[in-house]
Amino acid sequence: MPSAPLDTRYQIETPEGIDLPLRPAGLVPRALAFGFDLGLRGLVMGILVVPLALLGNIGIGIGSLLLFLVSWWYMVLFEVLNQGCSPGKQVMGLRVVQDDGTPIGWSASLIRNLLRFVDMLPFGYFLGAISCLQHPHFKRLGDLAAGTLVIYREHPLPRPNVPAAAALRLPFALDLSEQRAILGFAERQGELSAERVHELASILATPLQVSPARAAEQLNGVARGLLGPT
Amino acid sequence: MKQSLFESRYQPQWHAFAEQLTQLEQGKAKAADVTDFPHQYRRLCQHLALAQERGYSSYLVDPLQQLALRGHQQLYRHRSQLGAKVLSFILADFPRLVRAQWRFVLVASLLFFGSLAGVALLVYLFPDLIYSIVGPQQVAEMHSMYNPEASRLGRAAERASSEDWMMFGYYVMHNIGIAFQTFAAGLLLGLGLGSVFFLIFNGLIIGAISGHLTEIGFGQTFWSFVIGHGAFELSAIALAGAAGLQLGWALIAPGQLTRGESLRLAAHQSVQMLCGVMVFLLIAAFIEAYWSSTTSVAPWLKYLVGTLLWLLVAAYLIFAGRTHHAPE
Repeated sequence: MPSAPLDTRYQIETPEGIDLPLRPAGLVPRALAFGFDLGLRGLVMGILVVPLALLGNIGIGIGSLLLFLVSWWYMVLFEVLNQGCSPGKQVMGLRVVQDDGTPIGWSASLIRNLLRFVDMLPFGYFLGAISCLQHPHFKRLGDLAAGTLVIYREHPLPRPNVPAAAALRLPFALDLSEQRAILGFAERQGELSAERVHELASILATPLQVSPARAAEQLNGVARGLLGPT
Repeated sequence: MKQSLFESRYQPQWHAFAEQLTQLEQGKAKAADVTDFPHQYRRLCQHLALAQERGYSSYLVDPLQQLALRGHQQLYRHRSQLGAKVLSFILADFPRLVRAQWRFVLVASLLFFGSLAGVALLVYLFPDLIYSIVGPQQVAEMHSMYNPEASRLGRAAERASSEDWMMFGYYVMHNIGIAFQTFAAGLLLGLGLGSVFFLIFNGLIIGAISGHLTEIGFGQTFWSFVIGHGAFELSAIALAGAAGLQLGWALIAPGQLTRGESLRLAAHQSVQMLCGVMVFLLIAAFIEAYWSSTTSVAPWLKYLVGTLLWLLVAAYLIFAGRTHHAPE
């Protein structure tokens, strides 16, 4: 399938011979997710400081172990154990996967999160942002080294109803993309204004050999015919 | 087959598959329930291919695609027995890896130990040199730390046993942080120069301090303190540097591969090296907090144990995992 120049979808072919599209996430949602994670970590440490300070020296020891854990392992643990989502990514609807679409493992997650240090240089994720902006799939340096990809999690879409119309068969054959276009038109009609529906349908009035006013109804009929009886 | 017929015929199967997926994703699935999962997944893939090929509407194709993606993630995950893997890594794979990367390990060790020994000697011969490397305040701190009259050694002059805990936490955080930096810096400037810098820098500081303390006569307390955990800590820093150098070298000389591909392969290996480094540093932090800091043990015993630890590290890195069948 040739992809349009503006399309950022990333196709992986599975051993079953089907193509799965992944949608890589760009800089802004990732930065927001990281900001959320940073805030969350700060909050947790801030809350824990009080009881730990009461414990005295043992508290300081446990505190510095925790700080180590939180600063180097927070992302790794969440990504591996929580389906590739740290809390920030969860909120932004993102997840990390290997670039062959399989879930992220320990070593890949460790690599991408250790190299975060390089991405942060010289200040405020400068290198990471540049790498992310110039890469076709928005990878930062850590992602390049680990072979990982940050993608949007897919959400199930509600199924719209095709408007009622008498099923029709056209006297000529439609190819696949035409079939899908007509089905798409019928299914998305609910989201469009009546004028836009009319405008879109009237483009096809001539090949359908009907007046522009009846084109939308005619198209719905064709869509019904394609769907078949339920 | 028309779309509606197709859909109403297979809808129950898709629902059942989606439920199985939800169970698997939440980790609640029992082994008996998922024996037909691969079969169901392949059937779904077939349905998806059919739906695409017949030009069904995208509101049918997209949910099928999402199901296939979720199924793909569950079927093709890398499951492994973590315990067995960790054991075989420590017993055999890590020393094997270090030997396989001996060139980088050699270069990193020369940079680190070379700068350490060289500066230590220079500072010992020309005492004033210390102030051009380390600030006067830090030198004063070092003096109070390793003063022979103190009862406990390390960062704080006097500590109760509850402070051992504190120092353990501190050492873990501080030292592993340094090792991670040394590693990650390997990618810097794309030339591994970052790792070279950190290796020489750490070598300089440690060398300067040890030379200075020996020169002013605190040698006994200093050397008996550092010899034990130094075996693990210093070799760990050198190994972390080696891992970083490997990363940098993959960018300089990618060979037949593209630079990106070569970086990926190198990163995969060097992160394993880094896991070993972390184990070393945990051991080092433990020794540093609980053994090195006690003063009730005679210095000769500390030297003896320290030497044994150095030999142990060397023997481990050189000999462990030579025979093939032992750990597997």
